[in-house]
Amino acid sequence: MKEKCSKVTVADVERVAELAHLELAPEEIEPMLRDLNAILDYVAELNQLDTSGIEPLAQVGELENAAIPQPRADVVAPSLQRAAVMAQAPETDNAFFKVPKVIER
Amino acid sequence: MPTGTNTSESYVEKPKTLAAFRDEISAGRSKAADLANGYYERIAKKNSRLNVYLSLTKERALAQAARVDDLVKKGDPLPALAGIPMGIKDVLVMQGAPSTAGSKILEGYRPPYDCTAVARLEAAGAVLLGKLNCDEFAMGSSNENSAYGPVRNPVDTERVPGGSSGGSAAAVASNLAVATLGSDTGGSIRQPASFCGVVGVLPTYGRVSRYGLIAFASSLDRIGPFAANVRDAATLLGVIAGHDPKDATSSPAPVEDYAAASDQPAAGLRIGVPAEYFAEGLDAEVRAAIEKGIAALEAAGCAIKPVSLPHTKYAVPTYYLVATAEASANLARFDGVRYGYRSPRSATLSDMYSHSRDEGFGAEVKRRILLGTYALSTGYYDAYYLKAQQVRRILAEEFLRAFAEVDAIVTPTSPFPAFKIGEKTGDPLAMYLADIYTVTASLAGICGVTVPCGTTKAGLPVGMQILARHLGESTAFRVARAVEAAGI
Repeated sequence: MKEKCSKVTVADVERVAELAHLELAPEEIEPMLRDLNAILDYVAELNQLDTSGIEPLAQVGELENAAIPQPRADVVAPSLQRAAVMAQAPETDNAFFKVPKVIER
Repeated sequence: MPTGTNTSESYVEKPKTLAAFRDEISAGRSKAADLANGYYERIAKKNSRLNVYLSLTKERALAQAARVDDLVKKGDPLPALAGIPMGIKDVLVMQGAPSTAGSKILEGYRPPYDCTAVARLEAAGAVLLGKLNCDEFAMGSSNENSAYGPVRNPVDTERVPGGSSGGSAAAVASNLAVATLGSDTGGSIRQPASFCGVVGVLPTYGRVSRYGLIAFASSLDRIGPFAANVRDAATLLGVIAGHDPKDATSSPAPVEDYAAASDQPAAGLRIGVPAEYFAEGLDAEVRAAIEKGIAALEAAGCAIKPVSLPHTKYAVPTYYLVATAEASANLARFDGVRYGYRSPRSATLSDMYSHSRDEGFGAEVKRRILLGTYALSTGYYDAYYLKAQQVRRILAEEFLRAFAEVDAIVTPTSPFPAFKIGEKTGDPLAMYLADIYTVTASLAGICGVTVPCGTTKAGLPVGMQILARHLGESTAFRVARAVEAAGI
């Protein structure tokens, strides 16, 4: 028996879109709602499994016997040259990235 | 309907082996520069139909070819891939070359550095012809999500090549490259390789550096080779594998001689067959082809054993939660500030973020970002993301237990052969289910090879997926070689 999952509403889609800095045109909302609900209904199958007491696995390096290392130590090292990076910026004064104003007056 | 137009012509052509190219080049019978130019001529003729290449890196390729020809002239020893014309999936960055990841948001971007795997190919003498089409940010199973149009399957141009590395698979199948690199997050190397009738490799997580791979889901993403035969795929993995300090999850384990390993007979290996991969939903012709492959392995002296992977049916939902959650975080970097597309409709910073992302991303990428953001949001994190991570451990440990009993596990790579362009685009969930046999190995971090294993009556290729434990690539190549030798 599939556990009932909460249905996504238009307000949910709008809230999540805002969190993700995505805009959806009005005509995009309805299909997105339908797809998200179909996918979430499907993933609700996971509720059939009792996972109490099971440690979450975020990364396979955490597995025993996986023969994959734990991540390396985090050490500061030289990186890309500023000029090479700034050459790709949409707007720059060659020292900083320029963006539209943040604070309204 | 127009008549007289052959709309499903075949573009299939098998490239020569790496060994054959090596003989020609070292003996002076072929020049690397002529080979490269020959491939560019073929691309000029065939790419307009197949849409395999998004951009060509001709200047860089010909400079590299000239270096190889110089080595030959001087009689210097030739590196492993001297003069071999190859293509690179557009999610792997090459300094100064377009690297769009199949997305409009990276149109015009010229990366300031090289992907480690790309640099290693060039250090081994490979001639990199250009960048290959793929689903946008590697999100898709048909290559129909590319912002630059779908790739067509060389076997039947009305069908998809699979995805997301559709261009990488189709380039090898049509001999528009001798070999290619792709990336695999949930099946994006294995499924297109099987759809196009070529060999594709999923290396163990950590075996090949991810440095310079435009990230989709970092705990799942792998880079791997495509080739026309198993031995060449093994040689290519040997070149790109190995520790790289620029990838924090790169494995320091020594790199084995995979090509030599693939020469070893498979006799005596224990091969597991999981019933869960042969259940409802498997196309009858695909099943028949894979059963022939299993019979061939038995005839080659392998011990065939049933194995049980009872949680397999939970893999697709687990994968789509984990992958979309990670994608929503990774794709936050595309905001119009540092590189890539910035919307001209940007009066305020906040507008700039949302307009740039709205105009730059396609529908599937938005769908996955929204799903991932939802799964990570307050109130849903435990129910979706945490739950999926717990099931991920169950799935991974289930594989590790199975590998205590067997050396390799064989399955179909895909439940069905290549489908028609447009057939599944209206139903995202149906498209996700195309990944049903590939996502579990992705979640577990284990390695695998897909090898051609017969065709359907209509001539569509079937692929067998051969999975092995972490760092068990040599075993997977041995088994793949035995299937290939059977000539099914």
